[in-house]
Amino acid sequence: MPSSHDWINKPLGVVEAMFAQSNSNPEWEAKVLEYFKGQLREKESHSWVPSLNDVPLHYLKPNSLVKFRCLVQDMFDPEFYMGVYETVDPSTKANVLRCGKYKDVTECGVDLNSRNTVTAERQTFYCVPIPGESPWAKESYGCSSQARVVPSTSYVPSRQKRSYEEDDDDMDTQPQKQREPHTEPHGNGDSKRQETEAPSSQTTAPSDCSSHLDLNFPLPGERGPACLVKVYEGLDSFKLNDTLEIYGILSVNPVLTVLGEEKDPSLLLLNPTESMETPEEQRAHDPPASLVPRLHMLYARPLQHNNPLLPSAPTEDQSAFVSSFLVEMASVRAELLAYLTHVLLGDGLAAEYLLLHLISNVYTRRDVLPLGKFTLNLSGCPLNSYTERLYQIVQQLVPCSYRLSMSLHTMNSMRLVPKKDYVANRLVSGALQLARNTSLFLDETQLEQGQLDSSGVRNITALGNLISWQKVDYDFSYHQMEFPCNINVLVTSEGRSLLPSDCQVPLQPQVTPPNMEEYLTTIHMAQFTSQINKFRVYLSLARTLDYSISDEVTKAVEDDFVDMRKDDPQSVTAEDLHRMLVVARLLSLSLGQTTLSRDGWMRAKHIDMLRRSRTEQQKSLNGNEP
Amino acid sequence: MSSPTSTPVGSKRSRDDIPVTPSSDGLASPPSQRRRGQDSSNGDLPAMPTSPATDIASPAVHDTSLFSSPRRSGNFLPSEVDMSSPLMYGTPSSRVEGTPRSGVRGTPVRQRPDLGSARKAPQVDLHTELPSADGAVASEQAAGQKLVIWGTDVNVGTCKEKFQRFLQRFIDPTSNEDENAGLDLNEPLYMQKLEEISVIGEPVLNVNCSHVQSFDADLYRQLISYPQEVIPTFDMAVNELFFERFPDSILEHQIQVRPYNALKTRNMRSLNPEDIDQMITISGMVIRTSQLIPEMQEAFFQCQVCAFSTRVEVDRGRIAEPAVCRNCNTTHSLALIHNRSAFSDKQMIKVQESPDDMPAGQTPHTTIVYAHNDLVDKVQPGDRINITGIYRAVPMRENPRQSTVKSVYKTHIDVIHFRKTDEKRLHGLDEDSDQKLFTEERVQTLKELAAKPDVYERLSSALAPSIYEQEDIKKGILLQLFGGTRKDFSQTGRGNFRAEVNILLCGDPGTSKSQLLQYVFNLVPRGQYTSGKGSSAVGLTAYVMKDPETKQLVLQTGALVLSDNGICCIDEFDKMSDSTRSVLHEVMEQQTLSIAKAGIICQLNARTSVLAAANPVESQWNPKKTTIENIQLPHTLLSRFDLIFLMLDPQDEAYDRRLAHHLVALYYQSEEQIEEEFLDMAVLKDYIAYARTYINPRLNEEASQALIEAYVDMRKIGSGRGMVSAYPRQLESLIRLAEAHAKVRFSDKVETVDVEEAKRLHREALKQSATDPRTGFVDISILTTGMSATARKRKEEVAQALKKMIQSRGKTPAMKYQQLFDDLRGQSEAAITKDMFEEALRALADEDYLTVTGKTVRLL
Repeated sequence: MPSSHDWINKPLGVVEAMFAQSNSNPEWEAKVLEYFKGQLREKESHSWVPSLNDVPLHYLKPNSLVKFRCLVQDMFDPEFYMGVYETVDPSTKANVLRCGKYKDVTECGVDLNSRNTVTAERQTFYCVPIPGESPWAKESYGCSSQARVVPSTSYVPSRQKRSYEEDDDDMDTQPQKQREPHTEPHGNGDSKRQETEAPSSQTTAPSDCSSHLDLNFPLPGERGPACLVKVYEGLDSFKLNDTLEIYGILSVNPVLTVLGEEKDPSLLLLNPTESMETPEEQRAHDPPASLVPRLHMLYARPLQHNNPLLPSAPTEDQSAFVSSFLVEMASVRAELLAYLTHVLLGDGLAAEYLLLHLISNVYTRRDVLPLGKFTLNLSGCPLNSYTERLYQIVQQLVPCSYRLSMSLHTMNSMRLVPKKDYVANRLVSGALQLARNTSLFLDETQLEQGQLDSSGVRNITALGNLISWQKVDYDFSYHQMEFPCNINVLVTSEGRSLLPSDCQVPLQPQVTPPNMEEYLTTIHMAQFTSQINKFRVYLSLARTLDYSISDEVTKAVEDDFVDMRKDDPQSVTAEDLHRMLVVARLLSLSLGQTTLSRDGWMRAKHIDMLRRSRTEQQKSLNGNEP
Repeated sequence: MSSPTSTPVGSKRSRDDIPVTPSSDGLASPPSQRRRGQDSSNGDLPAMPTSPATDIASPAVHDTSLFSSPRRSGNFLPSEVDMSSPLMYGTPSSRVEGTPRSGVRGTPVRQRPDLGSARKAPQVDLHTELPSADGAVASEQAAGQKLVIWGTDVNVGTCKEKFQRFLQRFIDPTSNEDENAGLDLNEPLYMQKLEEISVIGEPVLNVNCSHVQSFDADLYRQLISYPQEVIPTFDMAVNELFFERFPDSILEHQIQVRPYNALKTRNMRSLNPEDIDQMITISGMVIRTSQLIPEMQEAFFQCQVCAFSTRVEVDRGRIAEPAVCRNCNTTHSLALIHNRSAFSDKQMIKVQESPDDMPAGQTPHTTIVYAHNDLVDKVQPGDRINITGIYRAVPMRENPRQSTVKSVYKTHIDVIHFRKTDEKRLHGLDEDSDQKLFTEERVQTLKELAAKPDVYERLSSALAPSIYEQEDIKKGILLQLFGGTRKDFSQTGRGNFRAEVNILLCGDPGTSKSQLLQYVFNLVPRGQYTSGKGSSAVGLTAYVMKDPETKQLVLQTGALVLSDNGICCIDEFDKMSDSTRSVLHEVMEQQTLSIAKAGIICQLNARTSVLAAANPVESQWNPKKTTIENIQLPHTLLSRFDLIFLMLDPQDEAYDRRLAHHLVALYYQSEEQIEEEFLDMAVLKDYIAYARTYINPRLNEEASQALIEAYVDMRKIGSGRGMVSAYPRQLESLIRLAEAHAKVRFSDKVETVDVEEAKRLHREALKQSATDPRTGFVDISILTTGMSATARKRKEEVAQALKKMIQSRGKTPAMKYQQLFDDLRGQSEAAITKDMFEEALRALADEDYLTVTGKTVRLL
């Protein structure tokens, strides 16, 4: 049996040993999976596995077990590979049966005509790091990794050791540091320079690499490794845009980089199979392994959230964690509310709504209707850089977020909806390809007068669809395909937003600080990290709680609705009831209550009334505003 | 060819030893898991009666007849024979001596790259001496009839015999395929097709595999499992039969059999390694086609020393370069002459699985398909096709400089047959490809459901359960989903009668109209959803586009055509521009779309039901106005809607309570509870699909009587008050609704119950939309003429009053317009607006009583 850490350092050895023992009994495949799952189930063992997210690729050992926290961006066609094949030793003429699973390349001397060859099927997913992951989440994941304490059993170059220590703490700056000494003495040690090239192009200088290789990140300015994940089991259980933590065998074999080798035209003439792939397609599907490593999946865990402060798996740990936190819930909520009130210039009602918005979540769908979404439109935002600062604060609180500045230029030029590129045969990503529960911050204050062109109109329509139906229609050129999503949309605007929203709150600043920047910065600075961390946990946790309404309260709500309609049928519609039910739900959850109480309902009604009177007021003030 | 597999066969393999180019190790498929364990290169059949020998043919013949590409030896072959075909091999002399079957000999064999990758079709002549290694196998087969092809259980003789029997005997009296139009269904189908071939001269015989299956299941199994051995056998069989029957007919090349509709695989997603080298049929959409690729079939070598030339056929993607010149015995002196080598056409086509086959949340798969020879350029991007072909897997090319190999195979399909599934949209023949296959159990559940007395209510409540009540509207939409029975009167010159039900929903904003539309759009397989604001006439109908590459004009179809046989949901119908709306006139009654653009004149079928939603002009519904006034749509269009529903806020307490209950339940009930209460969407989908395909109800006597009565009643209601409350269009609507209701019950007869429900629903819709706000009566003329009968009556009265007034003035030939207006206003008790006055003037002018010129009114 392999020693304690061989399963991390040499997983292929484990696989091969099991294959050899099996005598081609197909059950060995299940055994392999069971083994790795078992290893990972052990307490803390998953934190020993180095993560592609934190550790630059060239520090990782090829063919070792790594993990990758990612979003499935595209699914390529299934491919057939040699599951089992036979090699012939040229000198001894001895045939050896070998296993091709979890590998990209075969050993030399493959006997293509062997009758023992078994063809099997696997699929490739193109995975990117979770788009819009907040820096604090990344950092915190990096810190919790214990990969550095892995006793490097046999062979770890000294450089690698150093890197682990430095890297986990500040991986953003580290490659730069490293680069300088190398680049200064010109042409000194080519091999060394090559090593730094890969990570530097990924992390510090996306411009120079994206010019020839587009890694297809949904959001502009993203960085990190993209990965081709080879999936062997349970193909149907994965969906596009799933967030996964994948454990797999890293493969960076340079053989995979085949660009520019078969340009001989006479070859193409006789071998049309090769010429079928356009250069674009080849680039998309077989990028150099140094930039896009291959990962052979052994185990994948769907991520419910990507908040590193919460236990990730639904285990006993978690329920204990939840119940211990529930006690604190109300007090944390009060602190967070106070904090948000400060941020929103003293507007308590808006702060309350913002808090509800941040914990909203599409918890189910009834036929086409998504339930639980709560798009908030904060109108009357002060201009200048206020919205930008507001976003920075939101970003500090949630693990995933993106600010889309809705200027005329971005609306006309940006690609929001993913589109299938048939030439390269891949799904070209767009900014709306986001992981679940990502906070999308739409900044409408940036919008100026002018003309939207056709792509601008399409983008606005896509945003509208996203808000109303929580779905994005991906463009497959000959038809559209609907992908449901679960994105919290927050719209900041001056007047009422041109996009639909579930709820509009006009901001009524109570304070007018002379220097907005300074004001917000001081508020932000005043919070301790531990405090902020509490907020983070609170927001992620409140979202996952269960919720129900008792029959008794149902009755009360119904009565209430009928009464309200009696007074003025025009003012309260079915839509209002929808919204109030969502508000009531979120309000209860925010207090850590998992059932709706009468009080909860009254409170929800109350704040909704306050909000409505405020919008009415706004209307009469502005006169002609719709 | 199939599995390269196992033991290389002697000398055959040795030819491969000196590849001209380092091409892959044969375009051979990997052994699939079923491990046929044979070398199918030995699966050579005693084949076409021509000589296989090319590389050993006499140099003299080559020099004369093969000199340049359009070679015409012409001594015995008529000009139709394409001698330049690269696929023709065998020397003229061998053809002459030929075989006893005299008819076949004049017709060249055409190679089938679709069957044997780049390999020549196995040809072994039983009657000439066999020069190559194939001899061993072939003679074996010649010796014993009971032998089977290596690795298969196919015996050539039996197989041939069986297929010939199939061709001669198969009769399919129930056939309704468009290909068979004009054939006598009681005669052997394929013999008629052979006759057709002899007349038309297109040497391709399409064979429906389901026919083969029903005729001889074993033959069918062989065909599916060993297509590349069986199809050449079929070819042989057909050709023998054909030339026996029509010995004098002249074909371009020998007949090729193209099987289609193999039931093996329907879905691209379900292809797996077991399907390798089998015949499959998949459906999909063409997304990209490549340029034409010339694929070398035969290489031409010339000796640099003595100019001696020789030809070598491509064998499994390789060309064995002759090492020694046979003429002057110089080694390595032969050079490949490209422009004298023979090439065949090949095209790569990328096919993507059709959106209906995809599980939610995944991206569509694509497959590479190779088309050969005349199948090249048969399809274009955007076509939906069914492909029958052989599934192949090819190992990645081995790089001579690297010791390791990528362990991945490339897969593709060699096409044998294309069938466009959306062709019928252009031809208008019926929907055979739409037939969804239902399993026995599914049909059983559906029938059980249909037998329940409350199936109608059940289905309607299953429709968009998240939308509260509006029972009648849901019922209306349900009937729309089922549709009426299609009637064809084109024989008598009246054209098709519309079977589709059109529905308009209008009402206050926020009454979940859009949600209903979204739901319907998600429910039906061919639904299209557009918004009035965002669509142009072009987007709805079709437009002509110039393909940037080919400079070809391509007709791109719009939403209405795409939803042929489906439902086109149009939101914000009122926001549509007039020109856009005008295209709907034709679609909604004639169910066709005429296009005359950029040199393309055609009529497309658009048998689509329209489900539209419109908001009132004043954003809130004004109950004091008629429907027309509220939504400002032309009445010509409105009258084309079978049902017009108002979705209004009912504002009553009991309703509020139920609504509240419904909504709250929506938020706290768990999935399972909901599931229990309502039918699954999938069941509903299947139910509708089944009824639409298999149920075609007809009116029975009682029902027709009931319809007549209903119609007469409707007309009577109005006639008492001097207005008409029904038009023939309403009768047609009633019939459609009744038929749809019968379909809901899975009944083949429309009975009185159906008529009753149709009447009720129609009345209900009318009550809502065609009530004259001034009188409170139902008045259909609001929808048909845009004006209620009372309004018309009043108009008449004003005109009469005006006339009387003018007459009372005596002989004044001309009057001032303004004065006349003032006088009339003073005289009349009711208030008279300028509009009414002008209308009255116009009415009198129509009677030729007066004329209006500028500001003066003259009597005539």
